[in-house]
Amino acid sequence: MSELLELTAAQAIERIEDGDVAAGELFDAYRARAAADELNAFTWVAEAAPAGDGVPPGAPLAGVPLAVKDLFCTEGVPSQSGSKILEDYRPPYTATAVEKLQQAGATLLGKTNQDEFAMGSSTENSAFGPTRNPWDRERVPGGSSGGSAAAVAGGLAPWALGTDTGGSIRQPAALCGIVGLKPTYGAISRYGMIAFASSLDQAGPFTRDVTDAALLLRHMVGQDRCDSTSLAFPEEIALPQGVDLRGLTLGVPEELTGEGIESGVREAFNATLALAEQLGARIETCSLPHAPHALSAYYLIAPAEASANLARFDGVRYGLRVDADDLLGMYTQTREAGFGAEVKRRIMLGTYALSSGYYDAYYGRAQQVRTKVAEDFRAAFERFDLLVTPTAPSVAFRLGEKVDDPLAMYLNDVCTVPMSLAGIPAVSIPNGLSDGLPVGFQLCGPAFSENRLLRAAYVLEQALDFDASAARR
Amino acid sequence: MSAAYEPVIGLEIHVQLKTRTKMFCGCELSFGDPPNTHTCPVCLGLPGALPVANARAVHYALLIGLALGCELAPRSIFHRKNYFYPDLPKGYQISQYDIPICSGGRLGDVRIHRAHLEEDAAKLVHVGASGRIHGADESVVDFNRGGTPLVEIVTEPDVRSAAQAREWLNVLRETLRQLGVSDVNMEEGSLRCDANVSIRPAGSDVLGTKTELKNMNSFRYLERGVEAEIARQTAIVEAGGQVEQETLHYDPVTGAISSLRSKEEAHDYRYFPEPDLVPVVVDEGMVAAARAELPELPAQRAERYERELGLSPDSARQLAFRADLAAYFEQALQTDGEHPQVLANWVTGELVARVGDGDPAASKVEPAALARLVALLRAKQVTPGAAKQVLDTLVARGGDPQAIVEAEGLAALGGGDELAEVVRRALASDPDAVEKLKAGNMKAIGPIVGFVMRETKGRADGGEVTRLVREQLGL
Repeated sequence: MSELLELTAAQAIERIEDGDVAAGELFDAYRARAAADELNAFTWVAEAAPAGDGVPPGAPLAGVPLAVKDLFCTEGVPSQSGSKILEDYRPPYTATAVEKLQQAGATLLGKTNQDEFAMGSSTENSAFGPTRNPWDRERVPGGSSGGSAAAVAGGLAPWALGTDTGGSIRQPAALCGIVGLKPTYGAISRYGMIAFASSLDQAGPFTRDVTDAALLLRHMVGQDRCDSTSLAFPEEIALPQGVDLRGLTLGVPEELTGEGIESGVREAFNATLALAEQLGARIETCSLPHAPHALSAYYLIAPAEASANLARFDGVRYGLRVDADDLLGMYTQTREAGFGAEVKRRIMLGTYALSSGYYDAYYGRAQQVRTKVAEDFRAAFERFDLLVTPTAPSVAFRLGEKVDDPLAMYLNDVCTVPMSLAGIPAVSIPNGLSDGLPVGFQLCGPAFSENRLLRAAYVLEQALDFDASAARR
Repeated sequence: MSAAYEPVIGLEIHVQLKTRTKMFCGCELSFGDPPNTHTCPVCLGLPGALPVANARAVHYALLIGLALGCELAPRSIFHRKNYFYPDLPKGYQISQYDIPICSGGRLGDVRIHRAHLEEDAAKLVHVGASGRIHGADESVVDFNRGGTPLVEIVTEPDVRSAAQAREWLNVLRETLRQLGVSDVNMEEGSLRCDANVSIRPAGSDVLGTKTELKNMNSFRYLERGVEAEIARQTAIVEAGGQVEQETLHYDPVTGAISSLRSKEEAHDYRYFPEPDLVPVVVDEGMVAAARAELPELPAQRAERYERELGLSPDSARQLAFRADLAAYFEQALQTDGEHPQVLANWVTGELVARVGDGDPAASKVEPAALARLVALLRAKQVTPGAAKQVLDTLVARGGDPQAIVEAEGLAALGGGDELAEVVRRALASDPDAVEKLKAGNMKAIGPIVGFVMRETKGRADGGEVTRLVREQLGL
């Protein structure tokens, strides 16, 4: 493997700025590797590097290529959200997050595979086939942003964009042994992200290290006049520095670290806690009393929003249309043919949860739980700077292992969903191997605490010295 | 309508706001432009597009709320109203549900239940004989209208007749027009009205089963449609039947009422809070800005004309309900405030007859000129007939009434010799009439007066002519 492809994005930028490497050379190296993709990480790969004027002179990201999850709209480029109903759909506009990164000098390397409409935890729900985990090709990369995670972990891209609704960045990052950050809800514009669950969806970076995560995040955040739920980030995203965790109090929520966590994952988690303590952090257990109900609430709220968000795929204006004798027939046959089983399941679930007579018992109740979960975090952050948990309860599972058991699949999100409901930032970093497969360690903090979060993650990363190079070979 | 039953009617009015851009995107509003030329990812419901609420539309909603005496919610939220239809690109309409921006209120004798913001659907064009989706060969969608800001105003069931519905809607329309928030044109669809109609035994205070009547796109059709529905319900009840809750379509051409959907077929809209939009927060500054912009509204103005100027209720309403007439009238009043009622009559009668629906201020008749003309009339310096001729000249060329009177020799003829001489000639020319008058048939004076008016070009005073006739015939 080319030495170029071993560089982190920040290192690559430095080399380009020093004149050692041309941006086009780097792009071509990645393009060739992405085009030879054996992981099915990409659904589309760029034909060539953008012409010389594609990268603004002096742009901070210096033309370093970027892989982008399929569901981000990219003008003229397939943006299918992993669904047959949007097969070869090419939008007339580009998502704000991608546009901002392009303006900062990122170049679009390709679009990455995902679970259809981001519904899934294994990337097996893609209409374009499953993505494979570069650590073990018989295993899933996690999901829904599995293509982005696999591409970065496998060395097919220096970094990538994903989206996280209930764990769709953090869980695949954990299963692929890379860094994945879900920012504060509203920190990054959702404009141009093909929606799954609007109140939860948030874009974020997949990177090989914490520094790259900070760098990519820095150029994505900001209020967008096209997304009224977006917020101005109150401070500049700093490149993390530091050598210890002194002065930091970490809370370990007992509800998210007990039952259901695989032993190998638990061992790695405990080892990292011990390491954090050595680095000067104070560690105490704490409680998030409503967290055990978070998953149930999530699987009502997200499908409810999705049932409405996916109503626009009706065969009238774009995407798949199956012609029929009448309007209702066209609607039903188009959606029958265009959506996969998991998407249909969630549309039905969400439609039911919002139905007259059931709304209060399901959607209404779930919103109350959501409020309680957020209050739990607020209370915890009065005592703790950050909370830590394992990212996923298990390492990467085998392809096909859970496809017929939706509930087992949903349990993948048990440690990541509470932060999504609360809208707070969380990052997953690799903290070891279990049976040769990577394990993830999750840190979360109050809204807009990304700098604190990334700094702690950086210090741990340096101390853990996790070697992910095996996956890139 | 049998006197035994009393209709109970509530109205739901959709008002298209005339903001520059659509409710949730930057596309310009348009009417009559080529199809699908005012669209963008947001109003086409493309994947990934997000709505952003139009601040101007919120301002207009506040103006409407203030004009209708509503309570303004400091924080209102948008909901998604879910249903599938080709004119609804997202598969849901963004509307307001349990917390509307305006609630309560009153206009005239009808209470307002609520007023809320929402987006309009696109326009479906059905190609084929029926003109409706059933039986169409092909249907196409024009998204230019899709996303136009609407305020939906819902009244309490306070209306008691079709005529009252029409009259009240007219008051509402004039109010909205004078607020400047809408074109309020029913034919073009910028003002649309549905009616919820039920009947009950006269004197009862229980509400009967209501039907919702749609598609009445003019004031006439509203009145006719509601009348037809009252008659239909009355016939059902008198035959011992029961009115069924359903949504009805009124066909203005045939007058027929047909069922769109029954209660069982009613949609479950699965309303839930729109997660793509933040709540509409209305602060004191926004309310103050709307209040400062609030003009005097028709009902208040009519009341002031009656109270301060002593106008008849009819005159007061005719002026107050047309802002241009009221402004013209008030300007004329500054020149001569002695005879408001006569001036009002001339503005709403003679002037409107000559300048039509256009703004009289745009005509050549200066408000001051009309006021001076009325003063000349009141001073009997011109006769009503001559004054009308002066007005004709003013409409054609403008100018000063006094100068026109002098130039055209239209000054009233007093009781002098000149008029007496003309009367003498008139009597001499019509012995028949003289016979009849002498026999006591005063109706025969018509031709005599006609002769005098012709001869004097209308400058003669009718009363004076009659007096002279009597004098000369010794009656």
